[in-house]
Amino acid sequence: MGLTASDSADELDITCGDDVVRVRQLVRSRAQAAKLSLVDQTKLVTAASELARNTLVHGGSGRVIVENLSHNGRAGVRAVFSDDGPGIPDVQLAMTDGWTSGTGLGLGLSGSKRLVDEFDIDTEVGRGTTVTVVKWTR
Amino acid sequence: MDRVPLLSLGDSLLVSIQVDLDDETVLALQQDLAERIVSTGARGVVIDISGVEIVDSFIGRMFGSIASLSRVLDAETVVVGMRPAVAITLVELGLSLDGVRTALDVERGLAILRRLAAERRTRDAEEDDIAVDDHGGEGGEVVTAQPWA
Repeated sequence: MGLTASDSADELDITCGDDVVRVRQLVRSRAQAAKLSLVDQTKLVTAASELARNTLVHGGSGRVIVENLSHNGRAGVRAVFSDDGPGIPDVQLAMTDGWTSGTGLGLGLSGSKRLVDEFDIDTEVGRGTTVTVVKWTR
Repeated sequence: MDRVPLLSLGDSLLVSIQVDLDDETVLALQQDLAERIVSTGARGVVIDISGVEIVDSFIGRMFGSIASLSRVLDAETVVVGMRPAVAITLVELGLSLDGVRTALDVERGLAILRRLAAERRTRDAEEDDIAVDDHGGEGGEVVTAQPWA
């Protein structure tokens, strides 16, 4: 597989509201390093902000790992959000636009997915949730 | 937490957001704004977001609640200066900012507030006229809608 992480990953704990801002700053600096366009940077940082808040609000707390990727000459950024929270009982339902557990607008997961190129969610009730997103240069 | 400064500009308030908004700052801004609208009697609020790099669903929702809150306190809100990349992202995210007035820059935002204020004065004057006319026996239905005018 020609997929390589081009340099070391950054890991950040997400335990309070200020950490959501830190996640945005970290993801933005990685997106700039990958030379994503300004619109793509903004999309990825916005998705990261949504997912970091999900980690905090639904997972209680968690962490993100951010790294730069390179594949067939294209650069990208991957962010992996994970928590050890209650997990999501019905992922399909949670991915529906407008579905909300009561605290938001219900755009967090479905909206984030639209803003990135790759989106993967791995969740199990009682174990926690991991969401992986990737954005590539055009 | 950063505090967003509020500037008085005539009978409007200008909020210029120049920091990366965390959730607490957003909530404090709503509260500060409500207090300032009441203490100054401001009729309009311009929120300048030209310095804001991202608007996620939480921040977007805050614009909507500030607009509703201001309306309850008899003031109108205009959000100005949204960056193109932020606008593109908001639409793709699925956030339409329903009920929030927008303008390209502060100047145009203030022009909208002036127009709304003028419309409001005209409406108030018309309501006064209707109340006067009612003494002449015209517009009986209207007087029931405005018995106190």
